[in-house]
Amino acid sequence: MLQTEEVTIEAGHSAKNYWSELWKNRNLLWILARRDLSSRYKQSAIGIGWAVIRPALTTLVMVFVFSQVAKLKGDPGVPYPLMVLAGITIWSFFSNALTQVSQSILMNSNLVTKVYFPRLIMPMSSVLVGLVDFCIAMALYCSICVWYGYYPSYQLLFLPLFVILAFLSALGFGLIFAVVNIRFRDIGQLIPFLIQIGFYACPVAYSSRLVEANQGAWWYKFYYFNPLVGIIDGFRWCLQGDTAFFKFSSLYSTLAVTIAMLCVSIYYFRKKENSFVDYI
Amino acid sequence: MQAIVAENISKKYVIDHQKGLKKVLTFRESIIESIGGFIGSSKSESEEREDFWALKDVSFEINKGDRVGIVGHNGAGKSTLLKILSRITEPTSGRISINGRIASLLEVGTGFHPELTGRENIFLNGAILGMKRNEIRDAFDQIVDFAGVEKFLDTPVKRYSSGMYVRLGFAIAAHLSPEILIVDEVLAVGDADFQKKCLGRMRDVSESGRTILFVSHNLTAIQSLCNRAFFFEKGQMLLQGETNQVVAHYLSHIANNILLRQWPLPNTAPGNDEVRLKRAQVIPDYQGSLQHIDIRTPMQVEVEFWNLAENANLNISLHLLAFTGECIFNVGTQSESYSKGLITASLTIPGNFLNDGSYIVSIMIVKDSSTILYQMSDALSFDIEDYREGQSSWHGKWPGYVRPQFNIEMIQHETLV
Repeated sequence: MLQTEEVTIEAGHSAKNYWSELWKNRNLLWILARRDLSSRYKQSAIGIGWAVIRPALTTLVMVFVFSQVAKLKGDPGVPYPLMVLAGITIWSFFSNALTQVSQSILMNSNLVTKVYFPRLIMPMSSVLVGLVDFCIAMALYCSICVWYGYYPSYQLLFLPLFVILAFLSALGFGLIFAVVNIRFRDIGQLIPFLIQIGFYACPVAYSSRLVEANQGAWWYKFYYFNPLVGIIDGFRWCLQGDTAFFKFSSLYSTLAVTIAMLCVSIYYFRKKENSFVDYI
Repeated sequence: MQAIVAENISKKYVIDHQKGLKKVLTFRESIIESIGGFIGSSKSESEEREDFWALKDVSFEINKGDRVGIVGHNGAGKSTLLKILSRITEPTSGRISINGRIASLLEVGTGFHPELTGRENIFLNGAILGMKRNEIRDAFDQIVDFAGVEKFLDTPVKRYSSGMYVRLGFAIAAHLSPEILIVDEVLAVGDADFQKKCLGRMRDVSESGRTILFVSHNLTAIQSLCNRAFFFEKGQMLLQGETNQVVAHYLSHIANNILLRQWPLPNTAPGNDEVRLKRAQVIPDYQGSLQHIDIRTPMQVEVEFWNLAENANLNISLHLLAFTGECIFNVGTQSESYSKGLITASLTIPGNFLNDGSYIVSIMIVKDSSTILYQMSDALSFDIEDYREGQSSWHGKWPGYVRPQFNIEMIQHETLV
């Protein structure tokens, strides 16, 4: 790995110009993401089509189970499938990113043991891959919108904000898992389980409006601690306007938890990154 | 001007001794400990752990343009040092300052993705090694040419032969332009032709004034490429200095003189139903009061063995190998018919023939001139010390494996007035 002119190596002393080095290596960020993308669908017949088929089928099943069997109601004025699809789109982005980030160091262990570069590149590039899937899922959402004749309004402008928030919170939770995963592979077992729980704990297939109806319940005050609640509701609000349920105050806890997690996990990650190779 | 200055670097690994039920507990402890360590109050130190120092208090300076070879046994700390210098892992204590762009080549084809094509992997690997996009594009044709894979550029590398894979990997690395190049045992892979190519390329790099750190078990390669050498043993630097001195010291350190091996009982002796070894021995003919073998000492190599088959057509081959593994000579007897019983073969190596160094004798017993009945490589080994008398004041390592006293003359034909 080519490095900058002068470097001092010392115990517990990551390079001072870490962030500028990260910037200099941004090329690697794209290259690694491109590698993952172009290798993912090699030797598969449907290829990139999977990125469409997966959310479409999940939505179909959700819509059937929740609207036909459980008879849940969506937000008034929003077609239920659209509501679910919006939820699934952002939730899949988050959960895929979380999974990818937590696996990113191990998946690249052949690099970690042989070359130096700022290790943050690996989790970040793995999120980039998820972003491509997200864009494809968004395209699916748009075409279904056109089918329903349901168009977004000015709120769409805020969409990137919520995508970035989802990205940051996936990074915030994922980086810690990524580090622990190097030492204990249990994380690989834990993550799918957490994501499954998260799917029900977050307003993916239902609306937070239904939760508001349970203000007296003991779990109500914990509900908004989940940063994903604000992100998913906000994301829906961007796409479906004021008809979607979005409690602005939930954004505070989202921001607080996300930023706190991010700071803690980046600190932890950087503290440990120089010894990854010793534990892989 | 120094390229690398290392001060007292040490690297500690913690070895877990986990067994049985204890494992469950240790796992839970580890979680608590890692959370504790994260908060900053790591107290519980498990008794099942043991410290292992891969490097201990290593200090050195490397000047710009130096070509440093690193020798030592497996596990002596060479690779750990390279990993620390390449910033793959950090030292437990100590400090290193590096001045210049470093490229480290600890593996050929780092990060190659088997599903991607050769072309895609060139860009991937180049980027991983730190080349910029346009640098890769500029060097692309040369890389393909050097590796000789133009026909397979659009084939996934998983379909490459191992030779092609390695050639492509090295070709990319060879086109890096660092100021300091760190190479670990890359030459251990690939065929002789490829190794020659690698060495040639590294010599080119070194001649352009760049600094090289090179770990290898191929001492010949180190001697031909490096001007300085480090000798590592058990995590410490035992010696640093001029390459030939260090290599000679290393060789004498690892050489075990085995001048005699014998097996008195035929049923436990090495061999098979047809032949079994009884004794292998180097018998030096010490001249005067000499107590060690030097270049003047004539030697007798004797091999005694039981022949267990009646009327076997046997001959014996004795190989003399240098410590680096290269065969210096092979002498054999003519095939002859022998009855059951003890047979002794004896070879005389005259004095003033072999150069100073460490040598190994391999034994091969052959039946009917073609079937190898029994073979023992590394059967015997011995060191030959240097001896010079009234010669020049030059004290470097005498080159070559043999030092025969052939007649050589120099006369003057003409005198310029």
